[in-house]
Amino acid sequence: MIRFEGVHKWFGALHVLNDINLHVKPGEVVVVCGPSGSGKSTLIRTINRLEPIQEGKLVVDGMDLLDKRTDINKLRAEIGFVFQQFNLYPHLTVLKNITLAPIKIRKVPPKEAEAQAMALLERVGLPEKRDAHPAQLSGGQQQRVAIARGLAMKPKIMLFDEPTSALDPEMIGEVLQVMKDLAESGMTMMVVTHEMGFAREVSDRIVFMDHGVILETAEPEEFFKNPKHDRAKQFLKQILSPMH
Amino acid sequence: MDFQVVWDNLSYFFVGRYPKGPLGGVGLTLYLAVVALALSFVGGLILGLLSISRNRAVRWVSSSFIQIIRGMPLLMVIFWMFFLLPALFGKGMPASMTVITALTLFTSAYMSEIVRAGIMGIPKGQTEAAVSTGLTHRQTMLYVVLPQALRNMIPSFVNQFVSMIKDTSLAFIVGVAELTQIATQVNNRTMMYPTEIFLFIAVIYFVICFAFTELSRWLERRLAYTKSI
Ligand SMILES: Nc1ncnc2c1ncn2[C@@H]1O[C@H](COP(=O)(O)OP(=O)(O)OP(=O)(O)O)[C@@H](O)[C@H]1O
Ligand SMILES: [Mg+2]
Repeated sequence: MIRFEGVHKWFGALHVLNDINLHVKPGEVVVVCGPSGSGKSTLIRTINRLEPIQEGKLVVDGMDLLDKRTDINKLRAEIGFVFQQFNLYPHLTVLKNITLAPIKIRKVPPKEAEAQAMALLERVGLPEKRDAHPAQLSGGQQQRVAIARGLAMKPKIMLFDEPTSALDPEMIGEVLQVMKDLAESGMTMMVVTHEMGFAREVSDRIVFMDHGVILETAEPEEFFKNPKHDRAKQFLKQILSPMH
Repeated sequence: MDFQVVWDNLSYFFVGRYPKGPLGGVGLTLYLAVVALALSFVGGLILGLLSISRNRAVRWVSSSFIQIIRGMPLLMVIFWMFFLLPALFGKGMPASMTVITALTLFTSAYMSEIVRAGIMGIPKGQTEAAVSTGLTHRQTMLYVVLPQALRNMIPSFVNQFVSMIKDTSLAFIVGVAELTQIATQVNNRTMMYPTEIFLFIAVIYFVICFAFTELSRWLERRLAYTKSI
């Protein structure tokens, strides 16, 4: 579904992605973790070309991202993206946030798009917020709406960049629950997160990055019990007991 | 002070010779300002969008145009249009048209900066979210960025409109019978009451500008994204 082969990316002189090789299979849930600045966001943002790559091969849902003939908008429609800062459209209601893309891109009739949006709002537990504006919602609610918006185009892949990092602790659970349900429904997912409970329980594989390099790829049990790389050991120690 | 001269010429101040002759006075001032503003809105939007185009040549042309206009006094632009346009399009062109063209060119250049800043002021995350769902750049601009940017620009637009109303007074120099020109005429005819006459039109300019500023405040409040929760 997503295949990185020898992918490199630079920001000016900064080598942010260094020889990335990774294959995510359909239905797989992959968690990406690593220290701040290691290139996690950049990695998942290359998948829908929010960040272009300079070298290597990246094939997503059968489409080659470096191929000039690839219709990037079509590819992006197949990929839902959830941001740390939600990025809901503040001038639109919750319902319109969700229906904008289906109506404008797929030309879904508004009534039908609204019905589908309501079904998504049920799924994330917020049907009563259909006419609210984003500013009237809590962070957790906003992020659940953002997930519903990401699902509105019926994507094959969902990407999450630290979806709970901007949330108050009491709201993290509700968002993780929605993501867990989504994973169980068979969605292909790549999730940048430091929520190790979620990683252990939900993910199929964990990717550990540092300085733009994937240092370790392992199943969660293996990764937590027996990390191979020193940097991973150190990272886990810090993240599991941040006071030491 | 004797305001009799004002009362005697009241309808002349407000509408000129209208309906027997052409519109003048306050009516013409508002007409010039409204028409030029509507055109400047379109012009500013186009210039603003061109000046952030992804095509370098397009960007360069529109930025140069904006810089040139911004480097000229409005009066100069009015003179240019007053002599240039009839030379290009024939002598039949009314002076008020040349003034509207000049005001539009001038204000479009300023408006385009407001548009550009307004668009740049929308957080990058908004565009990223929109293109992530598969919207094209054009659709993103149209449905996500511009609606938010335009809303933020309303106060600046009203400022421009208020400036525009004041700027129309320069039309008097090419003989267009807007409020200032009318006042000058009445003053030249009577020669006795310049204080009263110019005090009166100052009040009128003030009232119009004040009213529009208040209108913008009201609009701003109404358009806030959230009524109280
Ligand atoms: N647009 C950009 N221009 C230049 N450098 C950038 C840009 N975006 C990111 N970087 C740099 O690239 C490196 C990787 O950034 P990235 O955001 O991918 O890290 P991250 O692992 O997501 O970190 P965090 O956990 O803090 O979100 C960092 O050193 C960052 O400063
Ligand atoms: Mg990041």
